[in-house]
Amino acid sequence: MWFLEHSWLIPVVPAVGFFLIILFGKKMPMKGSEFGIASMLTSLVVAGGTAYEWIQRVDDGAGGESTSARFFGALGRAVVPRAEGTAEAKPFVEPFIKTWNWWQSGGTKFTIGMHIDGLSVTLLLVVAFISTLVQIYSLEYLRGDRRYTHFFAALTLFSAGMLTMVLAEGLVQFLLGWEIMGLCSFMLIGHWWEDGYNSRSALKAFFTVRTGDVGLLIGIAILYFQSGTFSIQGISGWALSGKSSHLVLLMASIALLVAIIGKSGQFPLHTWLPDAMAGPTPVSSLLHSSTMVVAGIFLGARLYPVFWEGFSIHNGGANPMAIIGGITIVIAALLAFVQVDIKKVLAYSTVSQLGYMLMGLGVGAWTPAVFHIFTHAFFKACLFLGAGSVAHSGSHHSFDMKKDMGGLRKKMPITFATFVISTMALAGVPFLAGFFSKDEIIASAGHNGYKTFMYIGLAGAFMTTAYMTRCVYLTFFGEARGAAAGIHHDVHADAHGPAMAHAAVGHDSHDAHADDGLQEDQGHAPAHTGHGDAHTDNGHGPHESPLLITVPLILLSIGAIFAGYLNAAPFHWEKFTEWVEPGAGKFFPELVAPETFSWIGALPSIVLVALGFVAALFVCKALYAEKRAPVYGLTQRSAPLRAGYTFLWNKYYLDDFYDKVIVAGLIGPIAKGAYWVHMNILDGFVDLVGKFFAAFGKWTYKYVDQGVIDASVNGAGRGASGAGGGLRFIQNGKIQQYAAILFGAAALGALALVIFVQA
Amino acid sequence: MLLNEFLLLGAALFCIGVYGVIARKNGVMVLMSIELILNSVNINLLAFSLRHGGDVTGQVFSLYVIAVAAAEVAVGLAVVLLIYRNRRSIALDEMSEMKG
Amino acid sequence: MLAVSYNIGQQVSFGILALMMLVAAVRVVTTKNVVHAALWLVIVLAGAAAQYIMLAAEFVAVTQVLVYIGAVMVLFLFGTMLTRSQIGKGADTDNKSRASAAIVALIMAGTLGYVLVNSFHAEQLPDVTPVSTERVADAIFGQYSLPFWALSIVLTAAAVGAIVLARRD
Repeated sequence: MWFLEHSWLIPVVPAVGFFLIILFGKKMPMKGSEFGIASMLTSLVVAGGTAYEWIQRVDDGAGGESTSARFFGALGRAVVPRAEGTAEAKPFVEPFIKTWNWWQSGGTKFTIGMHIDGLSVTLLLVVAFISTLVQIYSLEYLRGDRRYTHFFAALTLFSAGMLTMVLAEGLVQFLLGWEIMGLCSFMLIGHWWEDGYNSRSALKAFFTVRTGDVGLLIGIAILYFQSGTFSIQGISGWALSGKSSHLVLLMASIALLVAIIGKSGQFPLHTWLPDAMAGPTPVSSLLHSSTMVVAGIFLGARLYPVFWEGFSIHNGGANPMAIIGGITIVIAALLAFVQVDIKKVLAYSTVSQLGYMLMGLGVGAWTPAVFHIFTHAFFKACLFLGAGSVAHSGSHHSFDMKKDMGGLRKKMPITFATFVISTMALAGVPFLAGFFSKDEIIASAGHNGYKTFMYIGLAGAFMTTAYMTRCVYLTFFGEARGAAAGIHHDVHADAHGPAMAHAAVGHDSHDAHADDGLQEDQGHAPAHTGHGDAHTDNGHGPHESPLLITVPLILLSIGAIFAGYLNAAPFHWEKFTEWVEPGAGKFFPELVAPETFSWIGALPSIVLVALGFVAALFVCKALYAEKRAPVYGLTQRSAPLRAGYTFLWNKYYLDDFYDKVIVAGLIGPIAKGAYWVHMNILDGFVDLVGKFFAAFGKWTYKYVDQGVIDASVNGAGRGASGAGGGLRFIQNGKIQQYAAILFGAAALGALALVIFVQA
Repeated sequence: MLLNEFLLLGAALFCIGVYGVIARKNGVMVLMSIELILNSVNINLLAFSLRHGGDVTGQVFSLYVIAVAAAEVAVGLAVVLLIYRNRRSIALDEMSEMKG
Repeated sequence: MLAVSYNIGQQVSFGILALMMLVAAVRVVTTKNVVHAALWLVIVLAGAAAQYIMLAAEFVAVTQVLVYIGAVMVLFLFGTMLTRSQIGKGADTDNKSRASAAIVALIMAGTLGYVLVNSFHAEQLPDVTPVSTERVADAIFGQYSLPFWALSIVLTAAAVGAIVLARRD
């Protein structure tokens, strides 16, 4: 039980690592990265031990609870086996919870602690594993970067934040981890902030997610004031107890759903995620595909009882959660078709897959959704790292599939193989990881009375295959183009030149900065000298990436192949369900009985995947290989197709909507109103005084004998300009005179009040 | 102790501060005068706090005033610094860009 | 008897402090030397801290010493040095509107004095019963935690703003 007792080490070690990197990193031989990797490895080991002991505990709980009962008796807690319920139902395995007092304010205690159950163990393992691999990968990828140490610091702090959140016992701690992640995401997206595009993307991500966070705060507030506790277990129990009003739960669910939408890049707040690709590729891989963005889904899974009751998920039909997920699957997949930046294809794919997870939660498929988090982490991290590998060694830091890639499969065999395996896993090719998890979600949707969403899921599977086939085709097949063909063009100039012309695509080659860093860092860094040679090779044509990059790729692709067998319904290997699903009753809703697997049921999706592959292959061949084919340039020639393409190209104009309608709509009227006041009231007043006297002068001139009262006419004229000038004198721009007028007026006003009111 | 002693002291400090804000030319000195005003407010808050039998509300808000004053000085001095950098002078009466 | 003599001591110390503060405050707004003005300001602030103790607010007094006399004054001196203008005796530290400033200040003083004397006459303050810091802390983090949050945002914004403004680029 050592590991369960000490699993607080999992977030604490990276947190300590972060401070070590910040304080001593620059002086260390490896510039601080050793602290990052060592702390992540420690976390991984402890997480592994925790997982092992958790599994033991589940097995004990399922068999006889003699040992664990004794153990819990010693702890002063009792294992509560589920007395009611059917014979074959899983007994409820009590989560391992420990709390410490964090701070106290008034009568409210804020606790910090750990809540270990199957869900948190899964995420702990995934986060620690992917973080470790990504840090190893970054050793090579970011070598010579100008903010190498800070990069590792932020990466480690991110892991600490995510692990804190995953382990959270109460919602306050949850919020803490959540916000740390948001901050790190901001820092890492803007890692190369010298480029305006990157810092804009970072800000966009930060503010968009912050919009969602308002929902989280509101949700937490609602839950706290209604249930009287921050504890996740307490809230879950309260939500299921039936003592809570449905309306309150619905409100809380909606507020929390907004948070999920923001963090997990769901429609309509998904626009930040593709822009977040401005960060270095390891960041995209770790934060913006496999771990941080699933925090939203994790929130959904963690407080599932609230959503279950709030959205009445067991009723079937439709609910906001499933609808948002469903919409996201489709729109993100459509967007992925028109991207030319390989990372943006993967980004939209991530958005779409997160939509699957959210839809899974929405249709009551809790276990498949969590399982999809698990499997998706492996293959999506692998895909991103593969894209990074291509950019690093194959296309000279360009991510543009159409301009700088193609034909790389011979040059980069390992990257190619892992990329294809992960693509197949993502598409849901049978016997790879994605098949088991995604199909389970789709099947459960049908089984639980959400037929519409089953069809959406199937359509999504078809589209996923198609756009990923396009992506693989463009990157690895066909003719080598641009940098992939060894044409060493100045990527930087290229990025700022033509790429700016179609601004919607944004930046094609953000990672070009690694080069700049290199030139700047010429002076120091022993690490750098070795790299100088390596890099001259890089410039001259595609080749396979070094081991530090390929080993993580291989490990992840192994995960992409085998992770699915933890819960392979076709073979009745359902260990994942056994270990992770908490069992129903006490703090967790009684889930709809999972559908038993049948190959007939899975047939449609397999067929669709195959169809998607074949269709995409033909279209790709036609579009990109043979320029004379009838479909080439079709989007230019056919008006409706062009309209659709433009619509997608501009990302449904959502960004424009946010910028031009919402932001401008808020700011514009205020500025206009102020301007109007200035023009019409202030100026108008001065004008009016002038006009009045002028009119008065005219009147006098006209009606009073000009010969006799000429002097008074002149006087009126002088009065007019004098009044105007007199009022102008107040607006002389000297702030201290404004202050004098202000204070004087206040004093006189007060005096007037004293005299007249008192009397 | 009379309540009015403190209140009158506060009022006097306040008026001196107002004089400084209007009459001083040097930006830094204007900021100092603002500090006088803020301190007079604090004396008032604490005097009324004691009048209500040591009510903590006054103390809490005087602490908040101190914190805000610190923020104000930081920003104010940064502004003065920026003005100095742009104009080589921090004489406030030479600035009349806001002239209407 | 003891109580009365105690009060007399209090009165005397208040009188001395108040006089000192007023003189120093007047010097702050009249001296021609920026550094002198800053040093006079220290006296005013220290006097204010002493007044806070007399008003049973030890914690505020300590904060005053730490934040004002410690941090803010250093900030002022830095500001003076960085702007380099007219350290030491500067010929014109005042602008032309001294007369109007004096008028405004006098009107204000008159109004305030009249109102205060009229409203509170000779109201006695209760005896000093020190307020424990614990109670202040409870109030800050309990009843008034919302302004506290808002304040922390203000401080963050101010810090960021000050850096942005003062940065050279």
